Amino acid sequence: MTEESAGPVLTDAALGGDDVLVRVENLVKYFPVRTAGFVRRTVGNVQAVDGVSLAIPRGTTLGLVGETGSGKSTLARCIAGLLPVTSGKVTFDGHDITNLSRRRMQPFRRDIQMIFQDPYGSLNPRRRVGAIIGDPFAIHKTVPSSERKRKVQELMERVGLNPEHYNRYPAEFSGGQRQRIGVARALALRPKLIICDEPVSALDVSIQAQVLNLLSDLQKDFGLTYLFIAHDLEVVRHVSNAVTVMYLGRVAESGSREVVYATPRHPYTAALLSAAPAADPDAAASRQRIILVGDIPSPIDPPSGCRFHPRCPKAQELCSEQDPPLEVKAGDAATHLTACHFPVEAGENLAAAAGRR
Amino acid sequence: MRHTRQTGERRKALALLEVENLTVSFPTADGVVRAVRGVSFNVDTGQTLGIVGESGSGKTVLTQTLLGLTPGGDVTGKAMFDGTDLLQLSPNQMRQVRGSRIAVIFQDPLTSLHPLYRVGWQIAEMIRAHEKGVTKKQAHERAIEMLGRVGIPHPAQRVNDYPHQFSGGMRQRAMIAMALSLSPKLIIADEPTTALDATVQAQILDLLLNLQRESGTALIMITHDLGVVADIADGVLVMYAGRAAEKGSKRDIFYQPHHPYTKGLLESIPNSSAAADRLRPIPGQPPSLINLPSGCKFHPRCAYVMDRCLIEEPELRQIRDFSHLSACYLPAAAAGVGGAAEQIREESVREGRTGAAVEVAEAIAASPEVQ
Repeated sequence: MTEESAGPVLTDAALGGDDVLVRVENLVKYFPVRTAGFVRRTVGNVQAVDGVSLAIPRGTTLGLVGETGSGKSTLARCIAGLLPVTSGKVTFDGHDITNLSRRRMQPFRRDIQMIFQDPYGSLNPRRRVGAIIGDPFAIHKTVPSSERKRKVQELMERVGLNPEHYNRYPAEFSGGQRQRIGVARALALRPKLIICDEPVSALDVSIQAQVLNLLSDLQKDFGLTYLFIAHDLEVVRHVSNAVTVMYLGRVAESGSREVVYATPRHPYTAALLSAAPAADPDAAASRQRIILVGDIPSPIDPPSGCRFHPRCPKAQELCSEQDPPLEVKAGDAATHLTACHFPVEAGENLAAAAGRR
Repeated sequence: MRHTRQTGERRKALALLEVENLTVSFPTADGVVRAVRGVSFNVDTGQTLGIVGESGSGKTVLTQTLLGLTPGGDVTGKAMFDGTDLLQLSPNQMRQVRGSRIAVIFQDPLTSLHPLYRVGWQIAEMIRAHEKGVTKKQAHERAIEMLGRVGIPHPAQRVNDYPHQFSGGMRQRAMIAMALSLSPKLIIADEPTTALDATVQAQILDLLLNLQRESGTALIMITHDLGVVADIADGVLVMYAGRAAEKGSKRDIFYQPHHPYTKGLLESIPNSSAAADRLRPIPGQPPSLINLPSGCKFHPRCAYVMDRCLIEEPELRQIRDFSHLSACYLPAAAAGVGGAAEQIREESVREGRTGAAVEVAEAIAASPEVQ
């Protein structure tokens, strides 16, 4: 970890106030890059997550947005305890769960569940659906085997599957139904937090809406907290209370949904929002699209200063020298944080600036 | 798209591509998969046709058939491209057309580029395969020029890179460079931006539009993303279960949708105006193409199901003007998303739903997806 990524001092308000279920402070996850051969020297680090702080209040949804390689899935896996953390702290329901041993992590695993992107890859094709959904009961020994079938069928019914299909294999279900199986499995132990990693990206629009409605019903019924990762900004806008935008392992901007979507302050957020295709021909025609140059750089050798500066239409010299802290900008709400030296002002035409470059 | 048969309108000029009543089915051990069932459409030079549909709606099979890439399929119908019927060409003749006069851009650029050959070599190879007498050096120069045109920085150096050295967006640019290198008259892009991030998708769509404006190429854009269609298409063809459910101009489809499937698709997209509301998904699942439902193939999922929908399959017919067609029995006035159109729909449902459809409608209303 370098000096400048030591992270900003965040106010309590920015971190979600009192009733916070998950709090992540200055989380860093590096994957060492080693040379091949007998002596495997470490020659660098993939800086997948580099000093991320966030908090999710109980019963709400935090949307995590970013492009491929922004570190959002790595962050999710660190929170779920599926990856050891390089440094930083993850607090869950008041307990520090950073790098706990397998045995000590066990009780928390029940409370933190994941739903994955690929409904085909995340279910074992050779096992029956009843067994897949019942696994959590068997592993955590919360339901005696005599009652397991009844419990599983209750779950299946709750997520909109036919309980009579208990003995079927995953291959006999469509993509949307498979995602429901994944949801039922995640729900089995009545978790507090469900991490949804692109849960609807692989589904068709009409089916996507079915699954999103299901997730929102379950949240209401069971008081669930979601960390919702998606690259589709409209989906994130629909489900989230707050949004965190990541770029190359760092938080570019975070705040409540309304504020981030209406008045993005980070040029990257503005570009992302302008690039998202809207299903409305007139809106599409009149929109000023900010076309960014190039691709997201390699996290092995991230750019100096602000990591977004090589692609930023507003970049100045300072941006390549100094890493901007994540802070509340003048005139913004106390929960709206932006990591930018030259935040976007109201009425500014970034598209024109991007075109000049 | 403009002058179609169903309207009875006399054609003024021949479109670049006229597909008429195309049917594709695949015999399999489980039964006949009826992937495409009588689809007609036209594409004019310089125009973009968006083909929209969910997985399994037949949109990819449709275009692959035009290119002779569906071996084993039973194909009927006609596809007149620039005066020749594509479906009658021998594999050898097809090879002459494919790549040079009709180019394709696929969804996944990593699997469409050969991993063991340099990107520039692959472009040059294609130029040399189609244009006799071009030397290796000339082809290489043209590959560099094309890579530059699609916005790859330092093309003279990058031309010697292997595909894995390119990022996802750059690979798709390389695919576009390859597609354009022989100045095709028609480009078929099959989900070209689905695998890309939003900012890169915006770059690629922007590039495609600019190149199309420069060269006047016709473009068929296959996608499941209505946002992409709203952005770049002129005409839109909505497919469901191997058939055209509705076709029309972009504005027809987005602002005056007539077919309940089109309307359902538009309503199931989350949008900003109703961020906190529940989404309105289409209940149920798309049908199996082996075992299609009777009558209108959408009836088991349709909120406006009527008795005749269970028996007869509706043909495309004119809705508002001769370019807007929909295959639905609802009255033509029932186009649009507003309250007036909804009233007309409900009225005709009241009249048309007295027998068997009542039961179907109850089953739809009781399905877990709409609750």
